[in-house]
Amino acid sequence: MIYLDGIERVFQVGDEAVHALRDVHLEVKQGEYIAVMGPSGSGKSTLLNIIGLLDRPDRGVYRLDDVTATDLSDDQQAAVRRHKIGFVFQFFHLVPRLSASENIELPLTLAGMEPEERKSRVQAALKAFGLAGRAKHRPDQLSGGQRQRVAIARATIMEPKVVLADEPTGNLDRASGKDVIEILERLNLKGVTLIMVTHDPELGKRASREIHMVDGRIS
Amino acid sequence: MKIEDILHFSIRASTGYRTRTLLMLLAMAIGVASVVILTSLGEGARQYVTDRFSSLGANLLIVLPGRSETTGGHPPMLGETPRDLTLDDALALNRSASIRRIAPITVGSAPVSWKQLEREVIILGSTSELYEVRHLSMGQGRFLPAGDPTRGGAVCVIGYKVKHELFSNQSPPGEWVRIGDRRFRVIGVLAKKGQSLGLDMGDVVIIPVASAQALFNTSSLFRILVQASSREAIPRAKQVILNVIRERHDGEEDVTVVTQDAVLSTFDRIFTALTLTVAGIAAISLSVAGVLIMNVMLVAVSQRTTEIGLLKALGAPRRQIMSLFLAESAMLSLAGAALGLIVAFTVIWVLANIFPDFPIRIPLWALAAAIGVSLLTGLVFGALPARRAARLDPVEALSRR
Repeated sequence: MIYLDGIERVFQVGDEAVHALRDVHLEVKQGEYIAVMGPSGSGKSTLLNIIGLLDRPDRGVYRLDDVTATDLSDDQQAAVRRHKIGFVFQFFHLVPRLSASENIELPLTLAGMEPEERKSRVQAALKAFGLAGRAKHRPDQLSGGQRQRVAIARATIMEPKVVLADEPTGNLDRASGKDVIEILERLNLKGVTLIMVTHDPELGKRASREIHMVDGRIS
Repeated sequence: MKIEDILHFSIRASTGYRTRTLLMLLAMAIGVASVVILTSLGEGARQYVTDRFSSLGANLLIVLPGRSETTGGHPPMLGETPRDLTLDDALALNRSASIRRIAPITVGSAPVSWKQLEREVIILGSTSELYEVRHLSMGQGRFLPAGDPTRGGAVCVIGYKVKHELFSNQSPPGEWVRIGDRRFRVIGVLAKKGQSLGLDMGDVVIIPVASAQALFNTSSLFRILVQASSREAIPRAKQVILNVIRERHDGEEDVTVVTQDAVLSTFDRIFTALTLTVAGIAAISLSVAGVLIMNVMLVAVSQRTTEIGLLKALGAPRRQIMSLFLAESAMLSLAGAALGLIVAFTVIWVLANIFPDFPIRIPLWALAAAIGVSLLTGLVFGALPARRAARLDPVEALSRR
């Protein structure tokens, strides 16, 4: 489903060329649960961004569902992100002026879905993520765990095949972190491919496959 | 994304940042209000002058002695001419079908006295037709009687102000006044009426034209007022006047005919130019508002960098992000314009109440222009920030907290 070959990503920092990714090869099957581990600066997030089509590799081939994603135009990539990929971020990235339900609704709105359909989907998601009583609350009125649950609901509302999580528990206490991991794992059990970047070896062990990265290479 | 969703999103975005929204509305409102108010004032001034000229009388032509090449503008008051315009010239004009009425006018100044009171007053010598030609109206008594214009009678009609100063509260009709060295019986008082063409009709005494010529010992006329039979007949009447006078003056065209239209259109042009100039100056404040909008929207873009990154991660293409930001600046501009219109209407309503004589009103084109220009400014000055937002690198945008 996900096929990466010979991926290189170089950032220019001042005079120095930093190789964030060097000759990365990776294949992921539908429904896998992968933990990407490694020290900071090892290229974990860059790898995730490239899989999520937020960043383009300087060299190499990336195929998603037999479509060569690296050949797509910006707008086509946006469409792929919209329908196939869900992002969960360390800092949640909720829109502060929108309520929990409006944040969850946002991808549906951007996709131009009818309001009635949107409402029923958002209601279902609020229920499924235990946020029923929090629909009207703005992000600053929610706890960290609740915020991340809103973010996960938003990431999955379009029913993507892949969920990419960048340190989803990095900003949460242990209890709500565990809560969030369980939610993500439940999604994975339903067949969603889950790729998670984490520092935490304990979380890494829960995954069906661990990838360790050092200096932009998968070791 | 649906249009109503774009609008909804933009409204939420603008109400989310109150200070900057208020600033933008204020700038736009000031710009729009100043455009509308200033053009209204200019338009009012134009209307005022036009009204004043119209009150001279309808379809009016003025025949002045002396040749002048100017069209419109001030008529030459002291035309140097070999031949005077005479009463016979005036009467000769009466035979054309395109001319309805003529009123020859002689002007002079003489002391007018009643009992112990004496005053220097402008004396107009004319005929009964002046009443219709100049759209006069009587306060008391009647106007000069119709009759042979070449034979003067010892009657006079006095202006409102003259009546007030000489007779105060007494009724003048029937009384005899002395004008220069002759005695005239007052037969009427003009109704109160404003100035026209620089002559205060309240401060004159009107006597038959032949009496005035005798009084001032002259055979020439100051001018001849001619009323054409219709608006369409004005050019024909003008030609007739020139032909008749040329014939009577040995083939020399030594008079000037000023049509009211020519004067009016000159003033009209001047005031339209003035209005446009003022509107142009006001438009500068609109463009200043535009620059402020750009500034504020640029701040909005950097304030909402992570939000833009998020929208991109959620699959919003560049076009969509651009339209979100454009919609926001266009909406704020329109809201500011609406606010400005409210201010403008209020100010003009207040002005109209303070100066009821001044015909101030908002020209429709100024309304349309103000709204159109504000929308345009919003879009033009919103375009750069919107483009910047659309081009943000999502990875970098999201990496900020």
